[in-house]
Amino acid sequence: MSSLRIISPGVLSLLQDAGRFGQGQLGLTQGGPLDQHSFRWANTLVGNPINTTLIEHSVGGLIVQAQGACTVAVTGATLPLSHNGHAVPCWQALHLAPGDELALGNVSQGLRVYLAVQGGIQVAPQFGSTATVMREGIGGLRHPAADDPQHRLGGHKLHANDCLPLTSTNVTRVSLAGAAQNSMPQNTMPQNTVPQITPVAPLPPAVTQQTLPGSSILRLRIIEGYQAALFSAIERARFYLNPYRVSPKCDRMGYKLTGSAIRCSTQQLLSEGISAGAVQIPPDGQPIVLLNDRQTLGGYPKMGNVLSLDCWALAQATPGTEVQFMPISVEDAHNALQLDAARFTREAQRLGLTSALTQLQGRHHD
Amino acid sequence: MSALTSACGLAATDYTLTIAGENAFILYLATQQISPAAAQQIALATTQLSPMVGQQLIELLPSYASLLIVFDPLQHSHLSIKPLLVQALAKPVNLLSQSPAKRVELPVWYSEQSGPDLLAVATAKGLTPAEVINLHSSTSYQVYAIGFAPGFAYLGELPEALAMPRLSSPRASVPAGSVAIADRQTAVYPAASPGGWHLLGRCPIAMFTPWQSPAMPVAVGDQVQFIPISEREFTLLGGTL
Repeated sequence: MSSLRIISPGVLSLLQDAGRFGQGQLGLTQGGPLDQHSFRWANTLVGNPINTTLIEHSVGGLIVQAQGACTVAVTGATLPLSHNGHAVPCWQALHLAPGDELALGNVSQGLRVYLAVQGGIQVAPQFGSTATVMREGIGGLRHPAADDPQHRLGGHKLHANDCLPLTSTNVTRVSLAGAAQNSMPQNTMPQNTVPQITPVAPLPPAVTQQTLPGSSILRLRIIEGYQAALFSAIERARFYLNPYRVSPKCDRMGYKLTGSAIRCSTQQLLSEGISAGAVQIPPDGQPIVLLNDRQTLGGYPKMGNVLSLDCWALAQATPGTEVQFMPISVEDAHNALQLDAARFTREAQRLGLTSALTQLQGRHHD
Repeated sequence: MSALTSACGLAATDYTLTIAGENAFILYLATQQISPAAAQQIALATTQLSPMVGQQLIELLPSYASLLIVFDPLQHSHLSIKPLLVQALAKPVNLLSQSPAKRVELPVWYSEQSGPDLLAVATAKGLTPAEVINLHSSTSYQVYAIGFAPGFAYLGELPEALAMPRLSSPRASVPAGSVAIADRQTAVYPAASPGGWHLLGRCPIAMFTPWQSPAMPVAVGDQVQFIPISEREFTLLGGTL
């Protein structure tokens, strides 16, 4: 079996699929890619269904070596990418020959990078997903048959010399468009008919820059909900009129922001389920935007939830980045999501890359 | 709020559906209190909506007096999903078809060795350690919620005579299996983690085993009874300090 060997994991490299859903009743969180836009493009560029397991890398320094021929794509934050020492572009499919090395430099814009391999990284799902959640010891690369229970546990970040199993690379020369017409079942690549990807035209900046910080303040659209009514008009005005900054306390669980403190009339709530993007206001009044690895239950008051599209951009923001909350209606939120899905599908179809929309819609039921 | 005894579903006056982001509603019971009656209503709502998971819904996350309901925002909107939820919640329940709540016995070795706060709790509450153990193990607890960490089950209600606020300064590491109390609740730490609860003893039964099915001995709605055991029995059951 072909594999991808980790020469250096860099700052932080985790295996992720679209996330773990429906396991909250065991206390298991969602996990999955922080920047879903870049995640889905990485998989799409190599012809994978968008729930395929790939590497989410943060900050820089990841170096991998192909143990067999494979096709890869790197998306997300801006960084120098080199193939056997030669600079190559991100956001494009690249062919690696056995022994080839792909090296990711340090990010210059954004934080998270996605490295997808055609056919996907083959690890056994745990509770329905391969998403690595370090805090829970769940997902990622494991040794399920090991005698020592510690080795059966997951949740590990990638280490040097880890070998990530790939599908067999009995490459047949089929065009990608042809593969799409074969109406492959979701999430399974036929073992012996891995299509040969021809690199497509470069993606427009609207796609490659969508989640990366620009020169202006990062706008965080928020759908009011949960305990929004417990905040007075003055506190809400303070929340929306003042900018906040991303603090150094930012990770896969959540992003703590600093700025004008927000007071809530109630501090004692019964613990309740926390949905993605929830903006929690702890007693110190500094908002925390809860992301993929958030705890499942919590008792702090919440103003509402940041729109997923803006959570993806927030996860690419470094400490010090200025953000501004902006309330939107649920209708506007749904419009924005539909528009984003339509743009993705249109762009993917323009490039002849698979039937992306049906995959988008089915992504939670895999 | 009276306990539900009939086969009625939830009436629209029993709860509200509040927006919880682009892809979720949170159902709040009219009374936001920890009580067996609230737990029963949440269990009922969860049962009523369960058939929709995998169809219109992605996830249900019950807690003390709320139920988070998550859907796919590319297939449904709040406007389209709400009437389906109200309808499903109001359906008459066939009580016979409901899986009955389990009664789970968990052995606990209560001692100063295995429960470093046993003596302090006894002193603070004007009891002997034996009285603390007796009070803690003679109550049947309901699983109100699971969260905080995989397999962490919040059990209630702890007798008033044992109610203690959380430690002012949490421990950096509480050992796996620790049986702990805080306010009117008790729990078993499934894995070593930081924690601010008072430790009374140790349970040798794993609360979360990812490679087994089911991964947890308890589920929300189950009844838990702690059974005092000796150090020898603790060791025989696989417990280690």
